[in-house]
This record gives sequence, structure tokens and C-alpha cells, in this order.
Amino acid sequence: MTQDRHGRYRFLAGAILPALALYAVFVLSPYAQAFYLSLTDWTGVSGQVNFVGLDNFTRLFGDPLFLAALRNNGLMLLVVPVVTIALGLLLAVLVTFGGRRGSAIRGASTYQTAYFFPQLLSLPIIALLWQFVYHPNDGLLNGLLRGIGLDGLARTWLGDPHLALWAVMAVLVWSSVGFYMVLFAAAMGSIPAELIEAATLDGAGRLTTLWRIVLPLLRDTVQVAFVYLGVLALDGFAVVQVMTVGPGGPDNATEVMGLGLYRNAFTFSKFGYAAAMGVTLFFLTLTLAVLAMRAGRRERVELA
Amino acid sequence: MRRAHAFLVAWAAVVTLPLLWAVVSSLKTDREILTSPWSLPSTPHFDNWSRAWNQAEIGRYFGNSALVVGCALLLTMLFGATTAYALARYPFRGNRLLYFGFVAGMLFPVFLALVPLFFVVKQLGLLGTYPGLILVYTAYALPFTIFFLHAFFRTLPTALAEAAFLDGCSHWGVFFRVMLPLARPGLVTVAIFNFLGLWNQYLLPLVLNPDPDRYVLAQGLAALSVSQGYRSDWSGLFAGLTIAMLPVLAAYVIFQRQIRSGLTAGAVR
Repeated sequence: MTQDRHGRYRFLAGAILPALALYAVFVLSPYAQAFYLSLTDWTGVSGQVNFVGLDNFTRLFGDPLFLAALRNNGLMLLVVPVVTIALGLLLAVLVTFGGRRGSAIRGASTYQTAYFFPQLLSLPIIALLWQFVYHPNDGLLNGLLRGIGLDGLARTWLGDPHLALWAVMAVLVWSSVGFYMVLFAAAMGSIPAELIEAATLDGAGRLTTLWRIVLPLLRDTVQVAFVYLGVLALDGFAVVQVMTVGPGGPDNATEVMGLGLYRNAFTFSKFGYAAAMGVTLFFLTLTLAVLAMRAGRRERVELA
Repeated sequence: MRRAHAFLVAWAAVVTLPLLWAVVSSLKTDREILTSPWSLPSTPHFDNWSRAWNQAEIGRYFGNSALVVGCALLLTMLFGATTAYALARYPFRGNRLLYFGFVAGMLFPVFLALVPLFFVVKQLGLLGTYPGLILVYTAYALPFTIFFLHAFFRTLPTALAEAAFLDGCSHWGVFFRVMLPLARPGLVTVAIFNFLGLWNQYLLPLVLNPDPDRYVLAQGLAALSVSQGYRSDWSGLFAGLTIAMLPVLAAYVIFQRQIRSGLTAGAVR
């Protein structure tokens, strides 16, 4: 019995310790250190660390570049999740109920296959692709517009401070819609058919059924989608860094918090200041997740 | 119904047109791209691909990505599976704490860790090395892997494992010979998920991997697009883009059911 107990502990140690060691060194300790660093003026020279309290945070909110980033991430937070979820829901409804008498549409799985693919590409690759799409002279977008006679709509998409952030947001929406569409379609597919038939028998029209039966049952899924897309909107680093002029331009129109953090740390060596940006970003993400989860807790609908 | 199809086809065009455009352009000459952007190439110029692969070093970046992601994937699956199994099937003091400690890693933005992580890796002498990148990739892939496999190991029946113990099998024996084979579907799903996540990493290599010889694919391609020599080499860049997208497309075609259900399941749970 003691023999077996020894074996058991040796096994547990061997099974858990390698993962725990890696996790502690490369994940937990950096997260913990970030909070401490954000309260210092460290510039990377060993031994020269001064505790400055909340100075970094005070300076942060007087830094025009950071405020621009906050504004841009804020707009992205308002636009990207709502547009992506709306488009995703619409496509999912059309695929799941768009067929004859509210059944799945013909070719449903082909549509899903095509829509989902961008989700698998890395954001810098997508950003590079769209840099070409947005190219003012030889890009796909202006080429298409000129091709159908809408020359007047052709723009320098990434060079115009009023359009650049929208161009970035469009790329984020383009790359995420498919994923959420598949997610919503899966959730809609799991709604029992009797429920929908019953509603139809009771004389509910298609729109009423959708509004009163289907969407309420998708509440939890939509809520999760909001959190994920919110996190994406608070980031935006890869797309902005690869695709925009500057990057972050023109006129800081596409500056995002991650870009400021990266620049302050690895170009200017202001590591304490950059850590303060990381901590701010963390609290914003946390607030977002808590708010989204609370908003959805009321009147939950469960399927038996 | 007509209108439904029209809308669905329209979105399919929005999604696929830029991708198709990139692939077709990768087979044209620069002149053709600029003068006739809509036509198919007069003759397919696969030399763009070989130019991107050899001269622009896409081949080297591809190899770097394959090496780093391959090793990291192996380590993640091994350490993640043993940890998830031990936490799921062996009650002991501190078990819950460890589990939540690991899973909490999914909640924090990587940007929070970025600055200290750079110095941790630097102090260990691992900055700009393959082992450094592999270990960091593994560490950041562990939380989701443990979370997913923990749930999976809990659903597996206990009878087989008990029988194996009675037959004198050791703890490791039971894990490798009985439980791992049973957990295969879960392992495949999480491995696909991790492959895609690691293959698409950008922020971590950008910060931890500054040596151009060791660039991974996305990093190298992004650097290429701003470099003097390749800025205007559209056909070469399109070829590089296409080469970067192909393995992902191939994996998608082969595993598309597992990928879609696995990725969406990861989001709901």
C-alpha cells in the first residue's frame, strides 16, 4: 500500500510539474511582475528601478497618443462586435431557416465552409492581403468600384484619416463574421424543431418566431460572442501594425493601445510606462467581461 | 428564398474574392497585375512562387514555423494531457487550486505579460532562439489545452482504468495504454486548435524573436512587405501570401468538420 502511494505521488509529480514549471516561469510570473513594473520608471537598465506610485497612470491619461488610442479602441468596441454579431446572426438565420418552409437552405454547409475560412488565417496575413485590396491605384476595391462605373466612390482608404479606422474595422469584421455565423448556426440547429412548429401552428409568422423564439434562445451564445469580439476590438494590434501607414496613422487615426505599448517598450525602452498600459488594458478587458456577463444574467432562458 | 440565396452568395463573394484575387495574382507578372487586374494570367508564372520561396526566404520562414510549431505542439499535447489527466482523475489537496490557476491563464491579455516576459526570456538567455519560442508557445497554449482535456478526461469511463490497475498496470501504464487511446477524439480536436493558434502567432515572435534568420512565417511576410527590395514586388508578395495560406487551407479541407465543431465548442464552454 505504501509502495502504491509512493508510486501515486511520483506519478502526479511527473505528470504535473513540467507544465507547472513552464506556466509559472513564462505566464504567471510575467503577469505578476507587470503590476509591479507599472508602478516604476524602469527603462531596462538593471539596478535602476524607482518606485513612482501611480505616476505612470496619471501621465497615461495626459498622453495625447494614448488618448487617441483609447478613443479608437473605444469606437472599435462599439462598432466591431455589433456589426459582426448582426451579420453573423443574419447569415445564420438565412442558412438555418432560409429554405422551403423554414428548413435549412440548400447548400447550407457549402456556405458555412466558405464563410469560416478567414478565421483560420493569421491576422498579419489578412492585414497584408487587405493592404493590397485597399491600394488606391491597383487595389481590388477601387478596381471593382471603377469597374462598375462608381469611380466617384474610389478612395485612398488607408490614407484618409476619416476612413482609415473604418477600413481597419471592416477587416476585423470580414475575418470574424464566418466564425460567429457558424457558432450561431450550431446553436440554432440545436433548437428542437417541435418548438418552432408549435409557434407556427399558433399562427406566429416567420419574423415573430425568429424574434420571440429563436433569438431569446441564443442569448448565452451571443453574450459569449460579445466578450470575445470585445477583446478583439480592444486589441487590433496585428492589423494596424501591418496594414496602416505609420503604423497607427494617418494622423494617429488608427493608433491602438497595443501599438502604443509595443512602441513605448521596444522602441523607446520606457518599460514601466508600457507596463502601465498593459495593466490599463487588462482592467478594461476585465470590466468588459464582467459587464457583458452581468448584462446577460437576467431572465435566462433554458431549454429543458 | 431567392433573396436569401442572393444575400448568402453576396457574402460568399465578399469572403472569397480577395483570397482568389491573391492566388490568381500570385501567378501573374507584375505588369499583368497592374495593367489587367481582372484577367487570368496569360501563362501561370510559378516562378513567382519559387522566387518568393528561395530569394525572399519564405521557404526559410516556412521551415522555422514548421519547426517551432511542431515542437511546441508536441510539448503542449504531452504536458497538457498528463496535467489534465492527473487533475481530472486524481483527487488530492490543492487539485482545484492548480486547475483554476492554469485555467485563469485564458483570462489575461498577452499584452499584460509582454514587457516582463521579454525580460524573463532574455535573462534565461533564450531571446531569439528556437527553444525560447517553443517553450513560450507551449506555456501560453497550456491553459486552453488543460481546460479542454480536463473536461474530456472526466467524461471517460473509469471501469477500464480500474481493470488495468488490477492487472498490475502502473499509473503511467494506465495513462499511456488505456486513457490516451480513449481520449483520441479530444486530443485530435485540441491539437488542431493548437496548431492553428500557434501557426498564426504574431505578437510573441515579434517581441521574442528579433533575428531575421529565425523569423516565423507571418512575421517574415510582414517584414518583407515593408522592406525596400520587395515593397513593389507584388507578384512575389502575393506568392508569399499564397504559400502562407496553403497549409492552413489544406488542414481545413481535411479536418473541416473537427475544426468547425472544435473551435466553436471552445468558445461556448
